[in-house]
Formats: sequence, C-alpha cells, structure tokens
Amino acid sequence: MNFNIVISTGSSTPIYKQITDQVKRAVASGQLTVADQLPSVRALAESLVLNPNTVARAYTDLAREGIIETRPGRGVFIIQKRKVFAREEGRRRLEPLLDALLGEAMAMDFSPEELKAVLAQKLTQWQPKPGARKPHEP
Amino acid sequence: MNHEPVIQTRGLTRYYGARAVVQDLNLDVPRGSVFAFLGRNGSGKTTTIRMLLGLVSPTRGGGNLLGCDIRALTPAIRARVGYLTEEHQLYGWMKVREMGEFQAPFYPRWHDNIFQGVIGHFGLKPEARVKELSRGQRAGLSLALTLAPDPELLILDDPALGLDPVARRSLVESMIYLTRRSDRTIFFSSHNLADVERVADQIAVLDFSVLRACCPLETFRSSVQEVQLRFAGAPPALPEIPGLLQAFRTERELRVTCIHYNAETERALRKLNPLSLEILPMGLEDAFISYLGERGEKSFILADTEVAS
Repeated sequence: MNFNIVISTGSSTPIYKQITDQVKRAVASGQLTVADQLPSVRALAESLVLNPNTVARAYTDLAREGIIETRPGRGVFIIQKRKVFAREEGRRRLEPLLDALLGEAMAMDFSPEELKAVLAQKLTQWQPKPGARKPHEP
Repeated sequence: MNHEPVIQTRGLTRYYGARAVVQDLNLDVPRGSVFAFLGRNGSGKTTTIRMLLGLVSPTRGGGNLLGCDIRALTPAIRARVGYLTEEHQLYGWMKVREMGEFQAPFYPRWHDNIFQGVIGHFGLKPEARVKELSRGQRAGLSLALTLAPDPELLILDDPALGLDPVARRSLVESMIYLTRRSDRTIFFSSHNLADVERVADQIAVLDFSVLRACCPLETFRSSVQEVQLRFAGAPPALPEIPGLLQAFRTERELRVTCIHYNAETERALRKLNPLSLEILPMGLEDAFISYLGERGEKSFILADTEVAS
C-alpha cells in the first residue's frame, strides 16, 4: 500500500484532523480500499513523532464515521469505501469549501467557464479508476 | 490504575520579597499525561517546578507529588521522580560511560539498557569526554541519566532550550517512547509550540505568575478563535464583546480574537451589521500569542471535565 500520512505542526488544522482528512481523502480517491490495513496507533504515533492519544483520537473519529475498524489483535482496517453523509449534511459541509474555492477563483479572474473546465479536469483525476488497486506487493 | 493526579497544587504561592512569583496555583496533572507547562519567560514556571520538587518552599498553599506533601518529600518518593534542569550539570572530566557508572549506584532501579538506548539515540560515544560534547549531546546525556532510573514521573524544565532541530527531535522521540508505559507521566516546560503540539495532550499556561489555563491541548486551541468581519465602509467602533482578546482593524475589515466564542459573542458581532462574518481557524501558536498578548481582558480556560475541588 502506497499511502503515507504527512502532518505539519503550526497549522490551523489540528493534527488529529490532518490525519482523519488524509485517510478520508485516500478512501475517497480509491488510494485506500476496503480491507486495507492502517498502522496501529502506537506505530503511527512513533513514525510521525506524535502523542499516541492524538492518533487514537483520529482513529476514534474515523471509526465513528464508519471508515475504519479496529480488530483487536489484528489491526486497523478500512471498512468502507466512502463516507455516507446524509446529502443535506454533505452539502452543509461542502458549502464553506465551495465559498473558499470560488472566492480564490474570482480573485484570480477565473471565468465561470474556465472554472468549470478546471473542475471537470480535476474530477477525472479523482475518479476512482478500476485499476486503482495496485497488484499485490511482496 | 491510580486515578489520583500525580501532581496537584492548591493555592500554591511564592513571594520573593514583595513580589509574587507564583500566585494561587491550582494545578492538576493526570497520571499518564504528557503535560506541557507553558508561559513566557519570567512567568514563574521554574519556581513552580522547584516548589513541586521541594527545592523551594511555598510562601502559602501547597501540593502533592505522587500523593506526598511537597513540603515533606521522602527519599522514596524522590527516587520515583526524574528531574531535568535547565542547565545540564555534568562532570566535564568524566567520559559518557563513566557518568552512567557514577550515577547508577545511587538508584535502586537503574536500567543500563535505557541509558545505552538514549545515548545511542543522541549519537553519543561512550568513550567521549563530557566536556567535549556539544550542547545537544550534553542534553542527550542528561536525559539518559534522568531516564535510566525509570522514573514514574518525569519533570523536564525547558529541555529543548538551546537544542538544534535534530537534538530536539531526538528529545521529542524519547518523550514519545516513554509513553509506551501508560502509567508514566511527563511534565515539561517549553517555549517550542511545535514540539508541544506533537507531544503534549494537556497544557497549563502561566501568565505573570497566575495560571490562566489548565486543560487538554485541543480544548485550549478550540477555545481561542479569530473572527473576520467585512464591512462596506470603515468598520464601526467595537462594542463590549464577551471574551474579547484582541481586535485588529483595517480599511474594511475587523479581525477579532475571542475566547469561548459562542452564540452571545456572535450576536454582539452581528449587531455591527457586517457584510460577512467568518470564523477563521487558528494554529496553536497564534492562539497562544493572542491569549497572552497585551490587549484584552483576562480569562481562564478550564476543561469541561475538570472537577472543581
């Protein structure tokens, strides 16, 4: 599995949220799929040089949202392809991100057509490809 | 597991002459936490630590360390506490290996594998002379000497002071390694908020001798918020805003930093009729600086879960 979490201190995003965001993003893009394994809390904490409680909190949030599951003695696994939010809730969460995107785009004089084209192009990159899963690594 | 705090102070106060260096400190450090003790220079952190260890006697108030009154710490209690001071006191003429051999007999629970592990982690050669070590290496040696007796409570007074980024990272890694034992507690003072963000789960903030926060790190961060208000023209004068820390005004914009932002705060700000009101996320360092900055009224953050005694 070619998935690495990268965190930065001093960000306005709390570290636990940087972790959940990256896992969610990897799941959304197909980089992580069902039954993929994540490092244990301890292993991730030590490799990222973080307090284990921070990683534990991220994993708790991901488990609550139905994205991962901890199987005692076996590890932490992705259990769901995609997060299922009620559509309305999804829209609510999307709204501030859309505002930020449009605000930036307007400031840089993107026309609505250009913006649509950029978005369409980006969407093709994010579309989970059928072959997104890598063949088994040794 | 024992749920009694490993450090607890009530009304802990110390005067030097007429000046209160530490005033009415109520501190609770939970067992198993990595607790960052923050505050600007001269805010009373070192004096507090020295009182906790019985090295300075309180003028008033008191506290417990591992359940023992700090005015009457026994050698048995002291043996369970590791203390690393701001200045690393080492014998320059000894070799690294000899420092370990010299210290070991003083401790019933000396673990040579921990000593070797930490000096290895800091890249120290056992045959090197202490006086020839760099500052980071000296810090590594001090840490090895402090960790080898396997202390239940580790108290570090600004351990990152003067360390280069590589040595600092080794220090933080050592601290995280220590959390493998969930009953071990680390209490450390620091100015490096990036390290604090990585390693701490609880923080306390001292400001001008007074404790102004004592809560989980995330509670502190999320309690301080910046709000951006946009206006068609010049922003109006700012009314009384509950929890205001700082306000910055530009031509068409007002940026307000608040503590405990809530519906009431928002109502007060909406009365100004801004074109838009947006809450901007804040990093730990910005939150800390706003909180301890010059302007604004003083407030206190306590964890919701905190049990008043």
